[in-house]
Amino acid sequence: MTSPAAPLVRFKNVEKNFGALQVLKGITLDVAPGQVVALIGRSGSGKSTALRCVNGLEMINGGELEVCGRKLHAGKVDLLELRKDVGIVFQSYNLFPHLTVEENITLAPRKVRRIGKAEARDIAAEVLEEVGLSEKAQAYPEQLSGGQQQRVAIARSLAMRPKLILFDEVTSALDPELTGEVLKVIERLAREGMTMMLVTHEMAFARSVANTVVFMHQGRVWETGPGAMLANPVTDELRQFVGSGL
Amino acid sequence: MLGLTIEQIAYLFRGAGWTIVLSLLGFVGGTLLGLPVALGRASKSRLLRFASGVLVQLVQGIPLPVIMFVVYFGISIAGFDVPALVAAGVAMTLYSGAYLGEIWKGCILAVPRTQWEAGECLALTKTQRFIFVILPQALRIAVPPTVGFLVQIVKNTSYSVVINFFDLTYSAKVINNATYKPFTVFTIAALIYFAICFPMSLLASRFDRRLHRS
Amino acid sequence: MGYAFDFSFLDEYWPDLLNGVWLTLGMTVASVLPGFVLGTLCAVGRLYGPPYVQRAVTFYVEAIRNTPLIIQVFWLFFGLAVLGAKIGPFPAAVIALVVNVGAYTAEIMRAGFRSIPKGQIEAAHCLALTPTQALWSVQLPQAVERVYPALVSQFVLMMLATAIMSQISAEELTGVAYMIQSFTFRGFEVYLVIAVIYLAMASLLRLTLMGVAHVSFPRLRRLGTPL
Ligand SMILES: Nc1ncnc2c1ncn2[C@@H]1O[C@H](COP(=O)(O)OP(=O)(O)OP(=O)(O)O)[C@@H](O)[C@H]1O
Ligand SMILES: [Mg+2]
Repeated sequence: MTSPAAPLVRFKNVEKNFGALQVLKGITLDVAPGQVVALIGRSGSGKSTALRCVNGLEMINGGELEVCGRKLHAGKVDLLELRKDVGIVFQSYNLFPHLTVEENITLAPRKVRRIGKAEARDIAAEVLEEVGLSEKAQAYPEQLSGGQQQRVAIARSLAMRPKLILFDEVTSALDPELTGEVLKVIERLAREGMTMMLVTHEMAFARSVANTVVFMHQGRVWETGPGAMLANPVTDELRQFVGSGL
Repeated sequence: MLGLTIEQIAYLFRGAGWTIVLSLLGFVGGTLLGLPVALGRASKSRLLRFASGVLVQLVQGIPLPVIMFVVYFGISIAGFDVPALVAAGVAMTLYSGAYLGEIWKGCILAVPRTQWEAGECLALTKTQRFIFVILPQALRIAVPPTVGFLVQIVKNTSYSVVINFFDLTYSAKVINNATYKPFTVFTIAALIYFAICFPMSLLASRFDRRLHRS
Repeated sequence: MGYAFDFSFLDEYWPDLLNGVWLTLGMTVASVLPGFVLGTLCAVGRLYGPPYVQRAVTFYVEAIRNTPLIIQVFWLFFGLAVLGAKIGPFPAAVIALVVNVGAYTAEIMRAGFRSIPKGQIEAAHCLALTPTQALWSVQLPQAVERVYPALVSQFVLMMLATAIMSQISAEELTGVAYMIQSFTFRGFEVYLVIAVIYLAMASLLRLTLMGVAHVSFPRLRRLGTPL
């Protein structure tokens, strides 16, 4: 399936160093609008780093990276503008503990997009519905389970109406029974056409939801293909990885 | 020099000497009082906890200058005629004792409960356990805040100016009245206080960092 | 010991004591908010400001914290007088208190800001909040919440420290007490009485500030978390 639209994210030989350590050694990867790309690979292979480059949490040292039409390699980029378009959800939720669920969600739309209070609350209601937590609008994060907190974090990202959402191991801190409810939300977003990049250890999920699976190894894109590729790995490294994971 | 005579500057340093004397009195007295207060605050006995708690609450809720006055007048109505140093020393003892007691209580309670239990297994008596197991650990924790509190003691001896005790603040006041050079006089006084306090502040934060690293 | 306590001075002098109480409370109330704002700005400056701001704040904080309040008060009050600036004891006292408590607040708030997990700030930036917005909406409320008990203690100490202001002839409670004892020669009783009044004011201030917390931190109220 070819996508006529220009890719939302375009990595071209992207390199990233932390001091002397080269973590990304020339990544090339496109994410078309509406696509779901899953990044898999061993710990330390650079998945999080690749993701964090996309919304400017890390700056790349070489190659080209274009996100939502902005060239992140070409000098000064307006990170605030970039981040209006790119949401991110972390493993550790990072909800603001002093704010209610609704306030967590409306904070950025109100401050950044300058949306009125009433409208912001409507948006909050809408995205909470989306993640199935309408009844928790007035709760505080500590009153929620881990899975619920993570769904609120997703809702908080959605409220900014991003063109792209990044997920970094969003279920790794959750019990298996709570993992399911979060994955369901992501699946639903995928069906609705949200563009997403996700780092995950859930192989079955990557296989069923992602249009493209990217296996990273030692800072490189080692193997890439549709979800089915996990069933028939070409490289030994992916075979070993899939074998150990499943 | 700086518009002050040598005698005037010497006078300031004499005052500083008495500031140090009063600080030492306050620290020694405060230690003697603070130890039982800390033990009382950390003890299992409700009565001891209450009694030491009352002392701490009183001292922490009454301004030190007022404590100075109460002690000063209290001693005089008891029929003694003592120098201001004694009144100031007693007041500083009460003040330091209460605060040190509270600080040290925290240190004793900060030693993990398991340490008590470990001592129990070694068949030590309660007192032995306290002296050989708890105290050494509590002391380690206590060093940084105690050094930090020394700074408070030195600074707060300045309140004895209200009962006309001759310390650095008092001498600065006198010299200012004589010379009418407040910026010079009080800057010198401030520098002397700073020279005493700042090294201790540095030491306290260095100890604190070392403790937290280990 | 045949000392006969005599508290009869209260009949005649209670209005003076009351005036002293008002002045003490007035100084305190006037200093709390500016002191908090100054301290918070300094904490932010020291943590996130350019190097020269960091150095300036460090100098200010260390200079204040390593010298006695009373020397600062004398320096300011008598110093301004020789400069020809006519400033009353009350404003002078308030300025000195604000400058003094600002330095201590700066250290407390700095600890508060530093105790916030990095992920919170990262999350705020990822939501496209500007650094100022993140500071105001995410970091400041959490920092204050974390160090609130220390702030309360600091402001109670500041209230007690106003007792020194009679040294620059501000007629706060301790100054009134001195006046009364010089007329009645009942120093011990007079100071016992004001000691009790200070205890009451310290509790009142504590309660009030806890009340402020109750209003300012809806989450703690809702969840019933003690500070
Ligand atoms: N801020 C940093 N400073 C220095 N080194 C870093 C930094 N962030 C990551 N690294 C290093 O970069 C390498 C890749 O890290 P990254 O977090 O991208 O891996 P990952 O694939 O996400 O692994 P995991 O599955 O454990 O999350 C690791 O060796 C890590 O130690
Ligand atoms: Mg990672």
